[in-house]
Amino acid sequence: MCGIAGIIHLDGPGDVGREMTKMLQSMKHRGPDSAGYALYGEPKDHLVMRFKLADPNDTSDFDFSERLERSRREVESRLSKIGASVDRVDGESAYAYRAEFRYEGELKPLADYVENIPGCEVLSLGHSLEIVKDLGDANTVAGQYKLDAFRGTHAIGHVRMATESDVDIAGAHPYWAYPFSDVAVVHNGQLTNYHQWRRRLERSGHRFQSECDSEIIAVYLAERLADGLSLETAMKQSLEDLDGVFTYLVVTEDSLGMAKDEMAAKPLVLHQADNLVALASEESAIRAVLPQEIDSYDPYEKEVLVWSR
Amino acid sequence: MVAVNETSRPVRYDVRGLAEPDAEAPKTARIDGDSAVIDAADLSPRLINLELRRLVYGEDIRNVTITNPGAKHSVAVGLLARCRITIDGSLGYFACTLGDGPEIHVTGRVGWSLGENMMSGVVVVDKNAGSLTGAALRGGDLVIRGHVGARTGIDQKGGTILVGGNTGSMTGFMMQRGRQIICGDAGPGLGDSMYDGSIYVAGKVASLGVDCVEEEMGPEDHELLDRKFRIYRMDKPDTFRKFVCGKQLYNYDTLEPSERKLVL
Repeated sequence: MCGIAGIIHLDGPGDVGREMTKMLQSMKHRGPDSAGYALYGEPKDHLVMRFKLADPNDTSDFDFSERLERSRREVESRLSKIGASVDRVDGESAYAYRAEFRYEGELKPLADYVENIPGCEVLSLGHSLEIVKDLGDANTVAGQYKLDAFRGTHAIGHVRMATESDVDIAGAHPYWAYPFSDVAVVHNGQLTNYHQWRRRLERSGHRFQSECDSEIIAVYLAERLADGLSLETAMKQSLEDLDGVFTYLVVTEDSLGMAKDEMAAKPLVLHQADNLVALASEESAIRAVLPQEIDSYDPYEKEVLVWSR
Repeated sequence: MVAVNETSRPVRYDVRGLAEPDAEAPKTARIDGDSAVIDAADLSPRLINLELRRLVYGEDIRNVTITNPGAKHSVAVGLLARCRITIDGSLGYFACTLGDGPEIHVTGRVGWSLGENMMSGVVVVDKNAGSLTGAALRGGDLVIRGHVGARTGIDQKGGTILVGGNTGSMTGFMMQRGRQIICGDAGPGLGDSMYDGSIYVAGKVASLGVDCVEEEMGPEDHELLDRKFRIYRMDKPDTFRKFVCGKQLYNYDTLEPSERKLVL
């Protein structure tokens, strides 16, 4: 089933961390397996990288913490070797980290080099994007990663009921549009031509971290954006190329977009005001942040909408 | 109605098949003569419905207003009595489903599957509705003044769905009886695989579904439309077209190769 939610403030930053938690928590019944956030803070000069070095399902054997520490040092040393000047690396949970560094070169070699460390996955990389995802409901994840204090302009989130792959962080949404800076995707549905697209994208040099069909959308869009297409054009093209039932949300540094398949098989409720756009699988999620009586509607089949802050 | 079995750890079950047989109505409604108001802000859908049942069946109150519904799911479900319910706000999925008799007015919008399998009664929604509106509707009137989502009246078996705005794709999919009146535009695949019934559309039709054809409007059609628009005090557009089943799928018109040999 899964639940997706998005919010964008069109007139300056708001408490997107707290708002997204409320929205996702109200849709817990749609997906209790994991919760994930893609949050956009104020754009910074340096890059922010969120990564994990183990999975909550991993057994903590006797040298677990030493191994994590070794891997963490290896990430730092690899960042330095490739030419980044590391400002700080903070532990966010037992196995997830947040690094700040300055780097001018291409992101793909950097991400590939860092991910070559066993157990390492880069969750997000960009000047304002931060992806946080873990097992449990939204309140659990928000508490663990202290997201209530996060201020920013826009965010998307996802609560997952696993159908196509395992319950682990790799299978949790949102997906960073690797290796494209500051782009992330959440998805509700199933893609039926997943293997076809995965083989195609792998042949053009992309890597996949999970067996989850939704990762395709993120990498597909990233490739189209790299070809120079606008976000809206890339999304419209995805409706022709992707097969299955889906509603997905995509965020970039300054915009939030939604797309719906030609059957309109998956739900989405949309509320549009002058200063705010909120959309979610269920209206109760929008009500969690806007309790007053509001106007909302369901976008129709094959609809692609993009808002920029 | 609660039974206890004979093992050392008693398992309680309810002959009505309720998941929570011990759940009790919160008794928080304000009763004033023959009408009552339920504040649903802090109530779960189950408690709202229990309270509604207590008032309608237990207290014989036939005029109930629900305030602060907060787009909750499955509210005002399975009411089998003549009563008048006003929902002051918006509801989520499966609103006003499985009813037989109630007249329900929702001042906000509703989510998916409004009035699913309603047997009789009236539901009026002032704003928009989600997909699957009136799925498997058996009777009564379902009126949505705003727009509705996809697959409106899927598997409809009777009754009337009146939409003030547009509808999405596959409107009237596999419809078997009843009527749909759509004042705005209809999405692609209108009346796909419908068996019977009629769909009236005043706006543009994106495309017709399999075996759906247009038919001439007769005097009885105009009479029906005039009547429905008069009841619900809505403006009637004068551009209605009527779509029905082409009945080409009722029988096979091609034979399997082995059958063809037999015939020859």
